[in-house]
Amino acid sequence: MSEALTLPTRRNEDFRYADLNALETLWPIAAEPIAVAEGEEGSLQVMLEGDAPVARHLVITLAKGAVFDLRVLSAGPVYGRIAIDVRLGEGADFTLGAAQLATGSENLEIVTKVVHTALNASSRQIVRSVLAGHAVGTYLGCIGVERGADGTDAEQSVRAMLLDRTATANAKPELEIYADDVKAAHGCAVGELDGEGLFYLMSRGLPPMAAKRLMLQAFLAEAFAGAPAAQALESAAQARLEAILS
Amino acid sequence: MLKIENLQASVADKPILKGLSLTVNPGEIHAIMGPNGAGKSTTGYVLGGRPGYEVTGGSVDFLGQDLLGLEPHERAAAGLFLGFQYPVEIPGVSFVQFLREAANAQRKSRGEEPLSGGEFLKLAKEKAALLKMDMDMLKRPVNVGFSGGEKKRAEMVQMGVLDPRLAILDETDSGLDIDALRICGEGINAIMRQPDKAVLLITHYQRLLDYVKPDFVHVLSAGRIVKSGGPELALRLEDEGYEAVVHEAAA
Repeated sequence: MSEALTLPTRRNEDFRYADLNALETLWPIAAEPIAVAEGEEGSLQVMLEGDAPVARHLVITLAKGAVFDLRVLSAGPVYGRIAIDVRLGEGADFTLGAAQLATGSENLEIVTKVVHTALNASSRQIVRSVLAGHAVGTYLGCIGVERGADGTDAEQSVRAMLLDRTATANAKPELEIYADDVKAAHGCAVGELDGEGLFYLMSRGLPPMAAKRLMLQAFLAEAFAGAPAAQALESAAQARLEAILS
Repeated sequence: MLKIENLQASVADKPILKGLSLTVNPGEIHAIMGPNGAGKSTTGYVLGGRPGYEVTGGSVDFLGQDLLGLEPHERAAAGLFLGFQYPVEIPGVSFVQFLREAANAQRKSRGEEPLSGGEFLKLAKEKAALLKMDMDMLKRPVNVGFSGGEKKRAEMVQMGVLDPRLAILDETDSGLDIDALRICGEGINAIMRQPDKAVLLITHYQRLLDYVKPDFVHVLSAGRIVKSGGPELALRLEDEGYEAVVHEAAA
């Protein structure tokens, strides 16, 4: 993706739900290149914290057989954007586990473009959003499979939990497939906490807030499962959940 | 301990309980029996405070407190335990973590010290052994992948750990095979048959009452208790069916 110097408008699909006023103060967003060499492994945790607007753009290139594990926690900014472009070489493996937690009038978004360029690469994207108040949480995720990238195994799992009816979740999983032998699974769901489960937990003595926190921690767990820094991500997420619920 | 007076309740604007009165004293075990649709499960849910079960009249006093004015977690902390007919599966939430948090939330609201990790595990192990349940199962997510019998035994383990004053057990016997029925029955006796505790068993069948001998048996029909008696009433119901006994009470 070539980054123009002019501020995008809503007509640009990738910025359709962005907070353009906040974006203006951050523009242009410098692309942060990450390259993982053939057969190498890498990982990165990105935490968007504090309440100042923030926008990041990671451009990741995975050479043949490279493995990269990226975890994102967006929890705090009034506007938080992370765009992730990934190009996978032959047999490369990419994992994205992301959680965005927002309340008030916060606007958080994750925009991904994961392109399988050669044979037998695999990618997994797990995105979980917890949205309260008038918050907006967005996931725009495109999986591209180029001609000849047979044996691709790509997966997108996107779920959002609305704690209030006034919150908004946007999700747009996309597939652009130009190869024949491709496995691409995508699931997308927006829901509310299960009332029956909450009553069950409360009937055992958990106050409503603790019951909700426990269920939301479980909801987020998949995004951090297997991460090198899972513990740090989980405790940061828990602190933010408590703030959102109180 | 529990005094229910003229309790009326609706679900989705449909009246289900139509003047239920019942008194349970410490040390007593009561059984509520009745046909499908009589309001048995509704009784349990109303006493537990489940959202959607609207009380339209009457009162419930529990250990000197207005039970109906309390939130579900406050009822638990006051000493009420509701055993679910269909325990809820909660993916991702570990059983031991949930149970320890619940036990400590109850203790905190009573001004007691929280249980340490070690103390809690010791207690949970002891209760799991009582119900012949493998501790490894309790490390799994709440009720997920448990068989019907395991779910009910896990309910009894929770009851043992939470140590309530009054247990309302909604069809604890449904979905149990013969061995699990005996294990659950013995568990209820071991945990709850104490001079300062009481049990309200909600059931269709006599079979659980073979293990947990009730002091009183009540027949619930169309939202009211229409007949009360001793354990012999349950045997008569088993012989003659609900219809005969309910009709006789109405005559």
